[in-house]
Amino acid sequence: MLSVSELQARRGVYEPAISVENLSVTYRVAIDRKQTLRSAAKRLGRRQRLVKEVHALKDVSFSVSPGAVMGIVGANGAGKSTLMRAVAGILPPSKGRIVVNGRVSTLLALGVGFNGALSGRENILLGGLAAGLSRRQIEQRFEAIADFTGLDIDILERPMRTYSSGQYSRVAFAVAVHMEPDVLIVDEALSAGDAKFKKRAEAKMRELVVEDSSRTVLLVTHGLATIQKMCNEAIWLHEGRLMKHGQPGHVTRDYMKFMAVQESEATALEDI
Amino acid sequence: MSISATPSDAATRPDDYSPERHVYEPHRAGMPKFGPYVRQLWHRRSFLWELSRSNLRTANQNTALGQLWLVLNPLLLGAVYFLLVNILRGGEHPDNFFPHLLAGLFAYYFVSGSMTAGARSVTSGGRLILNTAFPRLLLPLSSTLTAFLRFLPTLVVYAVVHVVNGVDVGPHLLLAVPMIVELALFAAGAAFLVATLHVYFRDTAAFLPYFVRIWLYLSPVLYFPEQMYDRLGALSYVNPLYFLLGGWTEVLVEGTIPSATMLLGGAAWSVGLFVIGATFLVSREREFAVRL
Repeated sequence: MLSVSELQARRGVYEPAISVENLSVTYRVAIDRKQTLRSAAKRLGRRQRLVKEVHALKDVSFSVSPGAVMGIVGANGAGKSTLMRAVAGILPPSKGRIVVNGRVSTLLALGVGFNGALSGRENILLGGLAAGLSRRQIEQRFEAIADFTGLDIDILERPMRTYSSGQYSRVAFAVAVHMEPDVLIVDEALSAGDAKFKKRAEAKMRELVVEDSSRTVLLVTHGLATIQKMCNEAIWLHEGRLMKHGQPGHVTRDYMKFMAVQESEATALEDI
Repeated sequence: MSISATPSDAATRPDDYSPERHVYEPHRAGMPKFGPYVRQLWHRRSFLWELSRSNLRTANQNTALGQLWLVLNPLLLGAVYFLLVNILRGGEHPDNFFPHLLAGLFAYYFVSGSMTAGARSVTSGGRLILNTAFPRLLLPLSSTLTAFLRFLPTLVVYAVVHVVNGVDVGPHLLLAVPMIVELALFAAGAAFLVATLHVYFRDTAAFLPYFVRIWLYLSPVLYFPEQMYDRLGALSYVNPLYFLLGGWTEVLVEGTIPSATMLLGGAAWSVGLFVIGATFLVSREREFAVRL
């Protein structure tokens, strides 16, 4: 991993891997559980809209140099996941601009788009193809992915609906980290699996972020010790606003002060 | 979203970075740039293929007869409607009625299958949409491809009936190919349209079976296109399937070169619906992630 000063030196040399300029994301969610023709027709005469505007991100700007491992902290509902999805190109910005240089891979909270009727192997292929890899690239990686999940090959040939949630997230994690992305986006997905797999996941993350100094990582986690251990940069979001951007130690300290969480408690909450 | 590789960037990024560059800007109601979008579609073609094939594979996975249903289904369907029409008409039917019925029915089920599967293609792609950035057009398009892959074995069934019934075989049958292209474009356009509608109105898919059933009775499947025109006159032109199925069965069963009306009318409807459906979906697709 690059040290903080090495990272600062890079700023002048390389253009940012991710640059977010004045990003606002606003979307409307329906309060009706489902939008149906019937409810639309009922509302028609009354000009009443059962939607709520959600200002998930408000005027957020920052840039991330190649090689940075940026931790993102914030309370629930701070806009962390929205920011991840916007950077991955899934959610459109309402205002502002995002530029990402390099290939992106995501490991988001909900797992990969897996179809339960298909086997693990088929899902790995399908997920990789959707992410834009070629069939050959996936086949080349398949062994490494299968190996990393630690699941028997006959489990991988079974339909995924028979998987336990732990096995499920092992596959998701394995796929995301083997895409060889330039920019890796990880959203609270590291808490998956049993103790043994957690250890392997942590080791792999370390390999991705610490040993390879060119990869850019965005890491959302509630484990503050992880951020201090793994990141060389951090931002803190609160209710859609960027509160602080700086060194991980400083950011987490301010965040904890704000949240009135004692440091000893924070490490007890540790869950990577 | 646009992706471009400009050589000037290479100097300012680490050597081992891929030359991809993604720019995301607001365009809520607007369209993404056409060129990069189509390139993205083309780049994901193996995803399209794999998704369609796995849809097909999983559909009959747990049945005893498995993939045999791909041939059994259309045969049983043809038998049901043949019986129905025979009862209604007291056992009388014109020459070549059975081949006409089968040809029309199979083509109709290609279009309607693409629509019914397409309706839920976006909403059921939930996790994939929430976690991966790719052109959403691929989801209903794969429903059309799945429907097409189901349509292929029915052509074999039809070919057998065609020969057994002694319907003409000749080079004119090659004209069926442009009719299939028109049908496919139309089926895809319809799938785009209902897939997008279904995101906003979740009862679309529930209405669809009734719509599909009524549309079948209003199309020249259980009767010949001439009979339809005799009764409805120019009103027939309102139904796109008058042209599409009419032209299709004209070539196959009546062994005539489809009239210009059928070919051009069908082309206008299918290209029109394809463009409208695709535009509708693409202009809305960036909103899908928050609507699911």
